[in-house]
Amino acid sequence: MDEQVSAAVRLQGISKRFPGVVANDDIDLMVESGEIHAICGENGAGKSTLMKILYGMQPPDEGRIEVLGEERAFSSPKDAIDVGIGMVHQHFMLADNLTVLENVILGAEPPKGPMIDFAAARSRLEELGEAYGLELDFDDMVEALEVGERQRIEIIKILYRGARILILDEPTAVLVPQEVEELFRNMAELKAEGHTIIFIDHKLDEVLAVADTITVLRQGRSVATVKPQDVTAQDLAELMVGSELPTPETREVTITDRVAVEVENVSAVDEVGVVRLRNVSFEVHCGEIVGVAGVEGNGQAELVEVILGIAPATEGSIRLHGDDVTGWSVRRRREAGLGYIPEDRHRRGLLLPAPVWENSILGHQTRPPFLRSRLWIDEEASKAHAADVVERFDVRTPGVNTQMHALSGGNQQKLVVGREMATRSNPLIAAHPTRGIDVGSQAAVWEDLRRARADGLGVLLLSADLEELIGLSDTLLVMLRGEIVARLDPSRITLRELGAYMTGAAA
Amino acid sequence: MTWRVVRRVVGPPLAAVGLAVLVASLVLAVSGADPFAAFGNVLEYGTRLETLVEAFNRATPLYLSGIAFAIAMRMNLFQIGVEGQYILAAFLAAYVGAGVGALFPPLHVAVILVTAMAVGAAWAGLAGWMKVTRNVHEVISTIMLNAIAVAGVVSFLLGRWKIESETLDTRLGDIPETGWMPSLNPVVELVTREIKRVDLTSFILIAALVGVAYHLIINRTRLGYDLRATGANPWAAEAGGVPPKRTIVLAMLLSGAVAGLVGMADLLGDQHFYSLRFPQGLGFAGIAVALLGRNHAVGAAFAAVAFGWLERASGVLEVRGDAPREIVTIMVGVIILFAVIAYALAQRRARIEAAAAAAAQVGEGPDAVEEMAGAEAEP
Repeated sequence: MDEQVSAAVRLQGISKRFPGVVANDDIDLMVESGEIHAICGENGAGKSTLMKILYGMQPPDEGRIEVLGEERAFSSPKDAIDVGIGMVHQHFMLADNLTVLENVILGAEPPKGPMIDFAAARSRLEELGEAYGLELDFDDMVEALEVGERQRIEIIKILYRGARILILDEPTAVLVPQEVEELFRNMAELKAEGHTIIFIDHKLDEVLAVADTITVLRQGRSVATVKPQDVTAQDLAELMVGSELPTPETREVTITDRVAVEVENVSAVDEVGVVRLRNVSFEVHCGEIVGVAGVEGNGQAELVEVILGIAPATEGSIRLHGDDVTGWSVRRRREAGLGYIPEDRHRRGLLLPAPVWENSILGHQTRPPFLRSRLWIDEEASKAHAADVVERFDVRTPGVNTQMHALSGGNQQKLVVGREMATRSNPLIAAHPTRGIDVGSQAAVWEDLRRARADGLGVLLLSADLEELIGLSDTLLVMLRGEIVARLDPSRITLRELGAYMTGAAA
Repeated sequence: MTWRVVRRVVGPPLAAVGLAVLVASLVLAVSGADPFAAFGNVLEYGTRLETLVEAFNRATPLYLSGIAFAIAMRMNLFQIGVEGQYILAAFLAAYVGAGVGALFPPLHVAVILVTAMAVGAAWAGLAGWMKVTRNVHEVISTIMLNAIAVAGVVSFLLGRWKIESETLDTRLGDIPETGWMPSLNPVVELVTREIKRVDLTSFILIAALVGVAYHLIINRTRLGYDLRATGANPWAAEAGGVPPKRTIVLAMLLSGAVAGLVGMADLLGDQHFYSLRFPQGLGFAGIAVALLGRNHAVGAAFAAVAFGWLERASGVLEVRGDAPREIVTIMVGVIILFAVIAYALAQRRARIEAAAAAAAQVGEGPDAVEEMAGAEAEP
């Protein structure tokens, strides 16, 4: 009986079937009041389905939901909100052209006659912000805010609606490292105030660092509930995938003497005159992976844009396979073999309303076999190529004619990676190639990169995942304030040392 | 094509037309007219051979106007300058067509067409150029350019270049007969009775050619791919090597060139001069055609014929005193409104179905479906 009283959420025997698939299969979950409970699992393990059932977005086919000791049946999120459950989705739902304050109270405005009582709303928000250490300027327009700040708005939004049990769906997936720390601090404050937090994550080190209890889902079943002090990241990963896990390590050296990319004394100044890159020089050889480490916003994005040709270099030169391409258009550079895996697949990598096959040739549409007689897009050849990418890179899609937005994020990413690999682009700029995909797919991408490297591919790898950088790279560059501040041998560096270089603490 | 696709593509416009008839009937009944008699008259009059010929003559410029709009729309450019482009093009083409005197007929027609396309392209290109160099939104620039073309350039020059005519009409240029396009009546009459009073313009064949070219260029060529890619996601297209500025200007030029042809059905097949009574409003009507036809070459053809027929067949309402012909304006409005709603619903449903199918593949379940279905709406 004691158990029952202290449980914030108790799910028993939850099953949910969709045509052709069992998303949740007899799942039990118990979340204690006031704890941080992590739910881990690969893409497709059923985490999101389970959370949406708890949040009233979908009814379970079978099973009981108990919240604070009482059985509940939610028919919509509104019912869940009424009993104090709130959820922050992976994609934020904010109006860009409203202020923070307006966004938070949207749909729950305190009335003052026919008007909105902004003063009351503001004082209530200030209370909330202070109580939980959620720093925000309530008069800022949302469009001007960083991702981390937007997430804080979403959290305040559900607190404002009286949530005591918070569901966070992969909250760290969109954040840079400093923002992750800030989020974890906020979570700790919320917990200290007696809130219960359920969060979905598949970054195991994070899970181990903040969770009080961890439940691992695999293929719709709950396979284990453990305490972080009892397990290692390796244990968790094996629970998630059900087998031993590969690591990003690259062993044998395959570097050739052919230079794929040569960046020489490149500087770049943006439109408003801020120096984004200062005197950057390096080479990437065929068969070499050059990693770029750095806290986000230290010139990595600009470096990619300059090499790709989207932004101009104000000084210096760039060579691809020996040709000076500094003045070339993006198209000419891509035709010269430059491949690109963008950091944000939705923004730079995909045509979401277009079918998979059209996406599979984006960036390569000006070359055979996709182009016939320099004029016609060869639909047949393109579709064959798309089918090949889908098969070789395990993109789960009903077919090559399916619209891109129907695919899940991980599968979209696999298509982008597969596209650049299958077209044998060389060199390749890979910006966060494994961002937002699960451990299994991550290992597949690493394997692809390694194999292509052995075949002579030169890769410029940017990543926020330092283990990935150290494990894959032959050479490691560190960027700080637009400059390359260190060239390191990844086999002789620890995460700690690398972190020191990235923050400028090491000389 | 599966049944589902047929339903998704054909269903919405049919439903819209059905609802429009219903609404129009209600309006007629409320205003005291007998809707059955009125629609009976329209049907009877509208199925006459002469009315059908007139409907196709009307559909021809409407179709071109729709295609002109659709070209730009495929890359998310809201080109509402077709109106100004076709009027300016018809005006200058009439001037040139009359000015060159009698020529070898095909050459004369070609000179007029090329002039019109060049003028249309230049006028639209101006808006494209302003967008890529000064970042002026195409809606603003094309509205301004419409006003400048119609109220400015044409009015000003018409006053100076007008010729004396026996009527009081202020007109420009009488194009010699070598610059006329022949009537298709003799061909049609092979299978029908004699057509009285009206001529089916052979310009309809050129409109059909433009439709075929539009379909091929947009859907089959690299240029079309670049254009659609930019429309779907300009940032990804840019990273994929599509030059954003050049593509914008190119799309505007193509769109404007087709817009330039809009007035040619009347200029070459009917009036042979430009005057103040030259048909106006075809540019805006084209937006409705593209909308109902979903920017599709065949869909727009059906839409153009439907609107053309409604406009022509409804003339009888006034003649017989059943109702004012404005009832057709109401119907057109209702058709567009309902078609837009029906398409949006069909699209949403299709998207959810696709996401569900994809989710079943992955084993995610439709939990991700709504998110995916909505995710694409991000700017």
